[in-house]
Amino acid sequence: MKKIHIILLVGIAATIAVLISFLQNTSTYDTVDTAMSKPGKFVHLMARWDKDSPLEYDALNNPNYLSFTAVDTLGKSVKVIYHQPKPENFEISERLVLKGKYQDGIFDCQSIQTKCPSKYKDDMEAAKKNVQMSQAIEPKP
Amino acid sequence: MDYIGEHLLPGQLGHFFITLSLVASIVASFAYFKATRHVDTVAGDYYWKKLARIAFLIEVVSVFSIFIILFYIIYNHLFEYKYAWQHSSRSLEFKYLLSCFWEGQEGSTLLWSIWHCVLGLVLIKTGKTWEAPVMSVVSFVQFCLATMLTGLYIFEWKMGSNPFTLLRDSGVLDNAVGMHMNADITQPLRPDYLNFIKDGNDLNPLLQNYWMVIHPPVLFLGFASTLIPFAFAIAALWTRRYTDWIKQVLPWSLFSLAVLGVGIMMGAAWAYESLTFGGYWAWDPVENASLVPWLILVAGVHTLLIYKHSGHSLKSTFLFMILTFVFILYSTFLTKSGVLGESSVHAFTDSGMNVQLVSFLAIFFIPSIILLINRSKEIPAIRKEEATSSREFWMFIGSLVFFLTAIVISAKTSLPVFNKIFGTKIAAPEDEEFAYNQIQIHVAIIIGILTAIVQYLRYKSTTGTAFWKKIWIPTIISILAATAILYFGDINYQTHGAGYLGAIWLAIIAAVYAIIANAAYIWVGVNGKLKLSGGSISHLGFGLVLLGILLSSSKKEILSRNSSGIAIDFGKESKEKAGENLTLVKGFPMKMGKFDVTYEKDSAHPKKQQWYYFIHFKSRTDKEEFTLKPNAFVNYKGNEGLMANPDSRHYLDHDVFTYISALPNPEKNKDTATFKPNPVRTGDSIFYSKGYLIVEKVATRDSLPFDGFRPGDKATVATIGVHSLTRGNYTAEALLIDQGGKQFAVPDTIMPESLILQLNSVTGDSLNIGVKESNTILEYVTLKAYKFPYINVLWIGIIITAIGILMSMVRRIQLNRQLKKA
Repeated sequence: MKKIHIILLVGIAATIAVLISFLQNTSTYDTVDTAMSKPGKFVHLMARWDKDSPLEYDALNNPNYLSFTAVDTLGKSVKVIYHQPKPENFEISERLVLKGKYQDGIFDCQSIQTKCPSKYKDDMEAAKKNVQMSQAIEPKP
Repeated sequence: MDYIGEHLLPGQLGHFFITLSLVASIVASFAYFKATRHVDTVAGDYYWKKLARIAFLIEVVSVFSIFIILFYIIYNHLFEYKYAWQHSSRSLEFKYLLSCFWEGQEGSTLLWSIWHCVLGLVLIKTGKTWEAPVMSVVSFVQFCLATMLTGLYIFEWKMGSNPFTLLRDSGVLDNAVGMHMNADITQPLRPDYLNFIKDGNDLNPLLQNYWMVIHPPVLFLGFASTLIPFAFAIAALWTRRYTDWIKQVLPWSLFSLAVLGVGIMMGAAWAYESLTFGGYWAWDPVENASLVPWLILVAGVHTLLIYKHSGHSLKSTFLFMILTFVFILYSTFLTKSGVLGESSVHAFTDSGMNVQLVSFLAIFFIPSIILLINRSKEIPAIRKEEATSSREFWMFIGSLVFFLTAIVISAKTSLPVFNKIFGTKIAAPEDEEFAYNQIQIHVAIIIGILTAIVQYLRYKSTTGTAFWKKIWIPTIISILAATAILYFGDINYQTHGAGYLGAIWLAIIAAVYAIIANAAYIWVGVNGKLKLSGGSISHLGFGLVLLGILLSSSKKEILSRNSSGIAIDFGKESKEKAGENLTLVKGFPMKMGKFDVTYEKDSAHPKKQQWYYFIHFKSRTDKEEFTLKPNAFVNYKGNEGLMANPDSRHYLDHDVFTYISALPNPEKNKDTATFKPNPVRTGDSIFYSKGYLIVEKVATRDSLPFDGFRPGDKATVATIGVHSLTRGNYTAEALLIDQGGKQFAVPDTIMPESLILQLNSVTGDSLNIGVKESNTILEYVTLKAYKFPYINVLWIGIIITAIGILMSMVRRIQLNRQLKKA
């Protein structure tokens, strides 16, 4: 066996080892229920902002405290706290990926990824606005 | 039906050229295929080739025409076309009209295709005997790209997406009641519907940045150029000319390496300047997707050089060149299929072309690999193994490290694909960036050291004495320099423990070694002949890139942290992190690092809902003073919320970088607070939410520097000390003016405390003070600020690397020409 082959094997073995250790550190995508079932464990909670519940953010008092309620597709909700201001697109995001841990009744969030509505729905929104505009202009038939 | 105001001609021309390009590219690939098969006959070498060239030329004209027509549509705001309506607006500046061209996936496909045309023309001019087989592959790829623009329905299945689709055909208006006759959506559109479409959807504000004008063209030139080494590799396997493609492909691969690298890093510069994650690289899947082919190409270029000088590694070269292009296709699949939806910040959403994208991947990957395996016995290889002291041995190890790194990164990035195939729900680890960094730091150590020493080895074998004689001086200088950097640079990154810090130190030493050893090699190795030192220069630049990454990441500081002057002790066990954001009240300086920072004023963009905030930085330790103007789109296009663009101050050795992270919402902060009356006497105190007030004295005056104060008027002035628990002391003066028996109060406002004090009445020595606390009076911004040290080392490193690679390319082209003459 050539040296290069040995090195090749070592390299491939190292690659596999790295990937296995990576897989062991991965987390999971969860709903509110499954996140609650593993308190203290880091998860990716898929939910959206419940606009009917109060959102608490007072930049003068503490610019690093945001709290709101997240609700998942099954209708379960959980209070979320986040130590940053609202992320970009928070308001228009139809889905949030909340990365953090459920602990002591709240979801302590480390980072929030906002998911914008797809382009197509974006179009629909804008189209609706155009419609309203046109209806305002147009004389009724 | 005829609709009023539509311009249908550009669209019809567009459709025509799309069809023409589809036909021309398939004719070109077939004719080139025939020309390759019958290369020994006049028919093959002359007629087929001539037909192929004409077809390819038609293809070039078509693609450029499509480009020009689409740009005409965007430039003239023809919103009857969905593309213009969706991606542009009337208020968009000219330079960004180009950006909105490539915002959409049709435009970016077109851009890619245009570069293939340009490169194809160069190949026709220079390819000689390689023209026919290589161009068959190029033309076929062009055909595949052309299908992505057709938007034809084949039974139920839609092939591609056409940029000339009319807005009224796109489905967008289907449910818009007012657009239809009799306001009934089952009826056709009103003939004058276009009158109601006043403006387009606009370009995503984050893309309204000058980097977005040039980053996509350069990146796509990089993407397109990887096709050439791939096409050469396939052509060589196909025509069984396994060795003489090397000469021509070497400058092409160097070109590709430089352009793709620069293109990727322009994206990083855009992320740094216009995104707000606070950095230039986040291991985002979209970034990784373009990095992976570049890493494989690095491996490919090095094995190519190994083969050229020693005869080893030809098979690996074939493999790497094929995989580079396949991974470009894979990255297209990742970004355009929507599969990254959950894991990436900036992928395209599902464009409904997944079947097509997956089939491209299969069409190019499977036959290429089968061809390579079938022909691999015929590919010349040297039986004798490389000496451990040879340059090729260590170069190959370096290539292997690059390749395996690419595989690791690609595998991690592919988690969403894995989830899709197996229905699992695996997500990224808790600290995703660290999951990459902890591996890549070790790769950096190995690559840094190899980059430093391998040039000092000779091909075939190196004697120990010759090697040491040349390398000992650079080695000692490197050790001294690295020690100095570690000692004076105070590299003390504690977040991930001592082991990781040790790895950072080692990597810095390796990077410094790579820089110094390669700089020295220009004199020691090639006697200062700059013409020959492209390799050393690019390696030196690469060393600087590594060093810049290590220094800027390990010494990044959040300036806006812990600086409000409020000492909050969260306690050791507390999960609370000291905040990374700071609120600035207009006109009141706050401490931030060594700066006093003041939010001075703001100004609005004349046409857009974009505001610029003037943030003044004044150093307490020296005379340094400057104003940064981060901006933000507020409630953009009626969507509640904030989209921020950072601003930074560049110094030679660091950047100060800031962006707006929150703003008060005027709609929601209606002033509902009222003055609360407090009957007091002088010396009494009143409590409010953030501290207390003391009425210090009351005085009567008959003159006041106050507008509207007339002689004969009398004023009572209550001087009130405001003692804030968090921000210190202020003094307020509330006035009660008596104008001939008519009394009115002039309240005083303590801005940073959002406090308004009013003197309601005075009777003898008993006063009534009204206290109002309201957020609406306040203008403030919340911002985040970073200090990025040594970021310039990274940018300079990239420029030097690219220059070095291009120097090597020019040198190889010259050598090829000399060879031809000889």
